[in-house]
Amino acid sequence: MRDRVGRRRLMLAVAAALAAGAVRAGEPYGIGRPATPEEIAGWDIDASPTGAGLPPGRGEVREGESIFAAKCAACHGAHGDGKPMDRLAGGIGTLRDKKPEKTVGSFWPYATTLFDYVRRAMPLNAPQSLTPGEVYAVSAYVLFLNGIVPEDAVLDADALAKVRMPNREGFVSAAPPPEAEAKP
Amino acid sequence: MIQRVPESRRLSGGSDPESTGDAAARRVTRRSLLEAGAGAAAAFATSRALAQEGSNLPPAVPEWQLHPGAEVLSAPYGQPSRFEADVVRRYRHGLPEPPTRLSSFSLTPLRDLSGIITPNGLHYERHHAGTPTINPLEHRLIVHGLVERPLIFTMEEVTRFPSVSRVHFLECSGNTQNWGAPNPELTVQDTHGLLSCCEWTGVPLAAVLAEAGVKAEAKWMLAEGADAAAMTRSIPVEKALDDALLAYAQNGERLRPEQGYPLRLLLPGYEGNASVKWLRRLKLGAEPFETREETSKYTELMPDGVARQFNFVMHAKSVITFPSGGHGLASPGFYQISGLAWSGLGKVARVEVTTDGGASWREAALQEPVMSKCLTRFRLPWRWDGGPALLASRVTDETGYVQPTREELLEARDARSYYHYNGIQNWRVAAGGAVTNAG
Repeated sequence: MRDRVGRRRLMLAVAAALAAGAVRAGEPYGIGRPATPEEIAGWDIDASPTGAGLPPGRGEVREGESIFAAKCAACHGAHGDGKPMDRLAGGIGTLRDKKPEKTVGSFWPYATTLFDYVRRAMPLNAPQSLTPGEVYAVSAYVLFLNGIVPEDAVLDADALAKVRMPNREGFVSAAPPPEAEAKP
Repeated sequence: MIQRVPESRRLSGGSDPESTGDAAARRVTRRSLLEAGAGAAAAFATSRALAQEGSNLPPAVPEWQLHPGAEVLSAPYGQPSRFEADVVRRYRHGLPEPPTRLSSFSLTPLRDLSGIITPNGLHYERHHAGTPTINPLEHRLIVHGLVERPLIFTMEEVTRFPSVSRVHFLECSGNTQNWGAPNPELTVQDTHGLLSCCEWTGVPLAAVLAEAGVKAEAKWMLAEGADAAAMTRSIPVEKALDDALLAYAQNGERLRPEQGYPLRLLLPGYEGNASVKWLRRLKLGAEPFETREETSKYTELMPDGVARQFNFVMHAKSVITFPSGGHGLASPGFYQISGLAWSGLGKVARVEVTTDGGASWREAALQEPVMSKCLTRFRLPWRWDGGPALLASRVTDETGYVQPTREELLEARDARSYYHYNGIQNWRVAAGGAVTNAG
């Protein structure tokens, strides 16, 4: 008897809940609104190894040298030799040494990462202040310091994506996380 | 060898106290006793001297009972007792100051904390271009890339989704640099302080991604911060759809600015850097985005010159927090060994403790509740005989993974790999009771 009453109460409660706007599992919440292409474009600043995301513009080594002297050298040294912040040039072939020199030239696998990082985060005191052309130029200069592009190099989206870094094959992915073969 | 007793705890006799605080400062607390000297004899002598000169000890009625205390609302946002003033975040002892504090870290004072929850003001910090000051009304989250419907959310909209609260640890993958010879002066704050644990409240990321409709070809998700570093990491979509949170609160209040106010990604069990703070953008893609933070940083260079990448999971690790570096055992007798254990793969299954350098191990008690990808407090009763001892803990997680020794880690890789050091931590207890780091 009590069970039957309880069941009836439950059914009533379910009916009431549905009437009051219950949410079905899997149903979209309808929260948020479509992002406009303009909104996305303003924030969509990443550049991938394929070259996807690299903006129009171009820059050359010589121009990059003067930008570097004005905006980068104080932290990275006149020729990217570091101090007080990261060393950017040299060290190629040292990754198996007891004290490897991890620089853009010796360690970074993709030139697009250099562009992406400078564009989003450098210089430290004024990030996202460089024009795409200036970022191409600074990237060209840092690659030149590492002997990866010649002194007369001009970089744009196409040319940058084609740059092959010395340590391109130097990474092995551990993802997705291998639960079964956890390594120290 | 032992850290100096902090100013706030140093107990000097002489002049009469003029305020409640100064009077109380002259009292000896149990902790100050334990930390007071370079050995049991010294600590004992100190405590006796103080007991004699304290004017607030029985049978005297303490000075602070003889007048009313501070009024309600003296501090609208309450602060710890002034006698805890040295329980703060700080930089690592023995390391030179970084070139800039805009890109630096601070360490959680694990030695002085109880239980598993890190108070919000003591959560470790690691920023790459400072902590931004973000107006939540102007903060937006954009979800785009390989999705059916690119969406933009206000904070008000994010908080309208059904929420969950979960307790999880965060550990920087650079935590614990014990690769080389141990510096005996380091405390557990120095060795393990890039570790914190909070109750995080937010929206399961899967719900927000479902709203946008993740396309089948999407395998990776770029997470981007709204800080001056525009921090970016590529996250496997499986993780994003599994237990990832869009967190907007920690320990009951909105996120602290240092932890990503007003919105952060929270990836349970993953290295801290992947839980991008000040989250403004999620972009779905077919391939990893190969950002600076997942190529030149946060990758482990192996002895063969090849770097391990996307090694996200923080594997099982444990550390004794009492007694630990800088503590001094006042006299032989009973002590409770206590510490923390955790695993990025799930729950802690067991913790074993040795007091004789690994010759014998005893199983420690685990404080309930034991939660997945969360700190677990362990305890073991111990009677110290007054002689030298070498203390260490070893955790096994629910997958059967056993915390390695430093030697086992060094067999696989060395200091060049830098990140993900999870070796067993040893603390040396000297005959006098002084506790020092033994690596």
